[in-house]
Amino acid sequence: MATEHQLEGNGVSHDDHDHDHDHHQSFVSKYIFSTDHKTIAKQFLITGIFWAIIGGAMSIIFRLQLGFPNSNVGWLKPLLGQWITEEGKIDPEFYLALVTMHGTIMVFFVLTAGLSGTFSNFLIPLQVGARDMASGFMNMLSYWFFFLSSVIMMSSLFIQTGPASGSWVVYPPLSALPQAMKGSELGMTLWLVSMAIFIVSSLLGGINYITTVINLRTKGMTFSKLPLTIWAFFLTAVIGLLSFPVLFSAALLLVFDRSFGTSFYLSDIYIGGEALPNTGGSALLFQHLFWFLGHPEVYIVLLPALGITSEIIATNSRKPIFGYRAMVGSLFGISILSFVVWAHHMFVTGMNPFLGSIFMFLTLIIAVPSAVKVFNYITTLWKGNIVFTPGMLFSIGLVSLFISGGVTGIYLGNSAIDIQLHDTYFVVAHFHLVMGSASFFGMVAGVYHWFPKMFGRMMDEKLGYVHFWFTFVGVYLVFFPMHYIGIAGFPRRYYSFTNFDAFQSFTDLNMFVSVAAIITFGAQFIFLFNFFYSMFKGRRATLNPWKSNTLEWTTPINPGHGNWPGEIPAVYRWPYDYSKPGAEDDFIPQHIPFSATPESNLPHENELIAEEKEEEGIVVDETKES
Amino acid sequence: MNQHIDMKNEPVRPLSMHPQRFALWLFIVSIVMIFAAMTSAYIVKKSDGDWVDIILPQSFWLNTIVLVASSVTMHMAYIAAKRNNLNLVKIAMTITTILGLSFLVGQYVSWGELAAMDVHFEGKPAGSFIYVFTGLHGFHLISGVVFLIIVLVATFRFKVHSKSMNLIGMCATYWHFLDGLWVYLFIFLLLNH
Ligand code: HEM
Ligand SMILES: [Cu+2]
Repeated sequence: MATEHQLEGNGVSHDDHDHDHDHHQSFVSKYIFSTDHKTIAKQFLITGIFWAIIGGAMSIIFRLQLGFPNSNVGWLKPLLGQWITEEGKIDPEFYLALVTMHGTIMVFFVLTAGLSGTFSNFLIPLQVGARDMASGFMNMLSYWFFFLSSVIMMSSLFIQTGPASGSWVVYPPLSALPQAMKGSELGMTLWLVSMAIFIVSSLLGGINYITTVINLRTKGMTFSKLPLTIWAFFLTAVIGLLSFPVLFSAALLLVFDRSFGTSFYLSDIYIGGEALPNTGGSALLFQHLFWFLGHPEVYIVLLPALGITSEIIATNSRKPIFGYRAMVGSLFGISILSFVVWAHHMFVTGMNPFLGSIFMFLTLIIAVPSAVKVFNYITTLWKGNIVFTPGMLFSIGLVSLFISGGVTGIYLGNSAIDIQLHDTYFVVAHFHLVMGSASFFGMVAGVYHWFPKMFGRMMDEKLGYVHFWFTFVGVYLVFFPMHYIGIAGFPRRYYSFTNFDAFQSFTDLNMFVSVAAIITFGAQFIFLFNFFYSMFKGRRATLNPWKSNTLEWTTPINPGHGNWPGEIPAVYRWPYDYSKPGAEDDFIPQHIPFSATPESNLPHENELIAEEKEEEGIVVDETKES
Repeated sequence: MNQHIDMKNEPVRPLSMHPQRFALWLFIVSIVMIFAAMTSAYIVKKSDGDWVDIILPQSFWLNTIVLVASSVTMHMAYIAAKRNNLNLVKIAMTITTILGLSFLVGQYVSWGELAAMDVHFEGKPAGSFIYVFTGLHGFHLISGVVFLIIVLVATFRFKVHSKSMNLIGMCATYWHFLDGLWVYLFIFLLLNH
């Protein structure tokens, strides 16, 4: 199979001298410093999976501490060295480092870079009909900045004083003062450097995604014909472009406080009875800046998963998506609202109660577009000819998790209730269902669904089902009980709770959660095996294995750099013509003109035929051998 | 077994703005957000109390004039390129670059002035913020000067003319933006110090 294609620009005629250099791409330029969006997407995916394993393993270690506080984990000593104390216990400071790194890795490295980086890169050019991203070079830089930031974060795990430990939100003064804890020494510096580079990577990627969607759509691909995946990726990139620079500013000021003697976030601090020289700063300032990114960030993580789900659910229900415009509208609603609710993370910081009510009101409004989306997913599924592929199961799982995690958001959004629940395991349960698990499900669903396009082979379905049921039941068993633990008042990020009488009765429940977590984590290795095995040994994919409408399935099974041999197909219809009454097949891809489907056209579509004629039929010439 | 691809005329692009220009605008948006965050942080901190009033260095005025002047010469260069008056492009671009560099020197001098008034980077945020604003802006301005030099070199290689306006156009956009950004920061500090 020829997988490399010669690219030429607009109407440039063939010139035989130019041909050869592209055919013998070296290994390095093809797989490492590649500018092909599909290769870069795979690089993001593999790196994301790598981080997911590390982040997941960390959570298992701290779950051991929470579930079995009296057990001896000396057997981890070969791996963790002096982080395990003489008595075979996890070092309390290391526990904090673990939660911090788990959060940072999962939120930024797995569900931001791993998710957007993979699917925005892979799908935007393929679904809007472009040869590549607007700037392949910038795209490559984006990955390598991510890689560099990963290396730095990774190296912080191996230093003497350990990685950052002040939780993923790195609130000062804890994070600002090296004296405060071991993790705030070199580890915190590396965290900040790594995140700064990470932000550069995200911005480079995001600028590319937005430019590509706006400028490089193929003929006929109007905004109202864009697949919902693209809408979601597009708005995610916009949110990122507006919010990541703010985190950058926050981090920069923190760097100055830590290393250059300023006092933006520091004031009136006494250590061992001695006052620090810093005066005039405000620790709350950091929280405002952080959450101005932090809340949009949770949607940066979620929206791509919602986009992926829209596509998979419509395809596998064999029905048009219900309420396309409402879906786009609620994506817009969520994106805009996500910038005006950040203070719901700060209800207990002593803010003016009136201000608190305003933020409470704005927060609760987000429930409306979120509910619209859920409603539309369910109505799309309703009476569909559902095909239960593994991708579809994970997408339905996402809808379920989004509901059960979203409902608790409404509790937390009420400032009066939040005073009780803030910083308890209730919050942990809330965001692990709605963000952690839902986005993770979206990501896995995307991998199952687009694996054939990525690697030209199918993943094993049976293993997919096993993986799904273990994971779906698993995450509920892990996170549902946490609501009770949280309502009982158990605070997050505590090393040990056995000293508190009130929490004795939860020992069993905690043990149960830990066992469920271990099993769920273990089940992910089924996926890993399936992923790598199928990459080389899987069943060969057909051109359009899911009978889907979007443009990526019009490319060859293994598309080369440039995606379409011959002309890029033009687009005539929206991507959701499934089970159209009168049509021969139960799907009509986007590039089929209305003139070719007189039997199923609606009256207003027949009128469009004349316009199509004017724009001239386009010949797709895919297999011209030379 | 290689497949040759015949790329026929590509379907028409929906938007005629050059992708690079568009990306530049997005880049500018992200810089705007950095400074929006910084100036909001300033306001939040100020309303928090424990503030000291700082008199801005006089040299800010002169620096502002220099930078605005550089925007004028940048615009002249752009117009000249449109009219294929390449000599004028070279002269105007050179002046712009020199003005840009003198602005940077001027900002450095104003740091000295601040230090003489006993306002240091360390210490209360009121003073530190001025250093952060000017420093961060200066940092971006350095990238702008590099861009100017790239365009200048391109001009000497006859790559800038009325049929090839993209590079100089982007440079002008970026430079005017950096100029406007400084004017904003300066007025902001005048009103809120
Ligand atoms: C119905 C919509 C939602 C509402 C009303 C809501 C409300 C809230 C509130 C009030 C908190 C603060 C709780 C506290 O710290 O005391 C919170 C925390 C959180 N929410 Fe939501 N939420 C919603 C949906 C989501 C979604 C869709 C995501 C992610 C995709 C998400 C992710 C998070 C995260 C990560 C935190 C905790 C951050 C931390 O403290 O570490 N939420 N939510
Ligand atoms: Cu939030």
